[in-house]
Amino acid sequence: MTIQFNNETFRDDYSFRNSDWAIKRFPFPFHEDSYMYSVNMEQHRGGPEGSVYEKRFDVDEHYLSEMRDRALVLADDPLRCQSLPHMTLAGWDTLELIMVSKSEDYPDLFELHRDGNRWRWVNKPMGIDQTFTFLDETTLPCGPLEYITRQTQGDFAVLDQRDEMLWMDAGMVTTQADWSLDFDIGMNFFEWHAPVPLAHEMGIFKRALKFLLNVQQGAPARRLNWTMTVNPLLDTSPENYHKWGIQKTTLTPENIGAKQHLRVELQTFFRLPRSNALLFPIRCYLIAFQDIVTVPKWGRRLHRVVRDLPEELATYKGFIANRPMMLDYLGQYDDGLPTSPGVWPDLGTEPPLQK
Amino acid sequence: MSKFQFPESIASRPVYGTLEPRPGKAHLMIADAEGAEAILDLAAQDAGLMAKTHIIYIPKGTDFAEALRALEPAQFYEGPSYAASVQRIRKVLGDAHMGLQVYLAGTEGLMGQAMNEAVSAGIPASAIQTEHRGSIARRMQCVHCKGITEDVTTDPFVCSHCGLNLFVRDHYSRRLAAFQGVCIDAEDPGNVPAPVELYK
Repeated sequence: MTIQFNNETFRDDYSFRNSDWAIKRFPFPFHEDSYMYSVNMEQHRGGPEGSVYEKRFDVDEHYLSEMRDRALVLADDPLRCQSLPHMTLAGWDTLELIMVSKSEDYPDLFELHRDGNRWRWVNKPMGIDQTFTFLDETTLPCGPLEYITRQTQGDFAVLDQRDEMLWMDAGMVTTQADWSLDFDIGMNFFEWHAPVPLAHEMGIFKRALKFLLNVQQGAPARRLNWTMTVNPLLDTSPENYHKWGIQKTTLTPENIGAKQHLRVELQTFFRLPRSNALLFPIRCYLIAFQDIVTVPKWGRRLHRVVRDLPEELATYKGFIANRPMMLDYLGQYDDGLPTSPGVWPDLGTEPPLQK
Repeated sequence: MSKFQFPESIASRPVYGTLEPRPGKAHLMIADAEGAEAILDLAAQDAGLMAKTHIIYIPKGTDFAEALRALEPAQFYEGPSYAASVQRIRKVLGDAHMGLQVYLAGTEGLMGQAMNEAVSAGIPASAIQTEHRGSIARRMQCVHCKGITEDVTTDPFVCSHCGLNLFVRDHYSRRLAAFQGVCIDAEDPGNVPAPVELYK
């Protein structure tokens, strides 16, 4: 299909919107009516046609606007993209993986022509036509990681692997759920997850690390994570928290359907061939509550998940204060009927709202 | 007594041990303030240690310098501040041979920064020991303006660079040798709780 790219903002007037297409393919993260942490990994080898899981790096209607927002964040704070000196090769691995994947998966949008190390990259939506020498940094306008991730939706953490451990040694982070690359760069897997409640005690990170250390080339993995964001703000960074934190207090019963967004991260994991680093893209999808509840199953289920979530998690995810108002709103879309298993909208088989 | 038992905390927060003499041809000890007491204890355990030791010491208003000098280390340097000493520390680490043993003692800020220098110079972590002594003050980075505020003893505190009211997290970056400070009144501007002494 040909994607119609939106012209929209993720700040100030927040003109971001999801089309009906984007709503139906939204990566709803709850496969049942409750939520607890788990190492919910699965293979990332495609998915149903048209779903966000189909391609290795999903491109959707928000592509150009998200790339504009990233450029604004980087202009304001260049520390959002960093790479420790030993990670340059992993940056080239990343560039190669993304260019090859996108040109194969979206041949109408991206082209990659390779003649030995002489490469030509064409990004039609962004109007880029760049000829460069692979592995020669002087032939690109910036480092390889920054170059390609300025053209790819989602945040990117690049994890070095040594001593049976993963190290957050490079990244491009402008659409994060409140963590700082500048602070966390150089940390190991347990250190950068240190502030997460409950999961350490549950052994989640030990099991996740064991899995990730063994991700092989050509066999990427994926999982979903989620949180809540008031307004479709991509840059919920700690760096700017003193500016955006106040927006959490602007919810009212009248505006909550439009303002409150479920924020879902599609996390994928790719082993990189030369560096043996692990590429960890964290793709953010936002959806307004009023759009979620147009899918009856999702409306029912989101109400139950938010209602029953342990207090520590609601606090950590930053919506404990707004939970009562969220439940008042979502309760209108929960008629108590059972829901079908799995994450899909099941619009053809699930009954419409019975109230 | 200059020892403090830190409560158990999250995985990024450093933990410190007790210095013990290790075999080796060369020993570098970097300490500030009450960290001197850890070195004095160390010297008492091994009479031959000091003849192979370089001590870099920042008194921070304490009066342990003479006691350290009396240990007759091979080299002794008393610096007015960590910042003034860091060039010397880099030179010493750069000139070091295989097998150097590093001992860090005193405040978390001193140990964190010196640890960074040692690791950057290629000293293996297994050759670096730490022991906390003295002040429990923290070196804090403001996540908003990136400025470092030294010797923070209360929570919340005011960022010495941008003036925001920050709460003290246990999340710690070894690269920055600092804990993270985050705006405490972002969601309710002006509502800043009275500062409480750390660990109280």
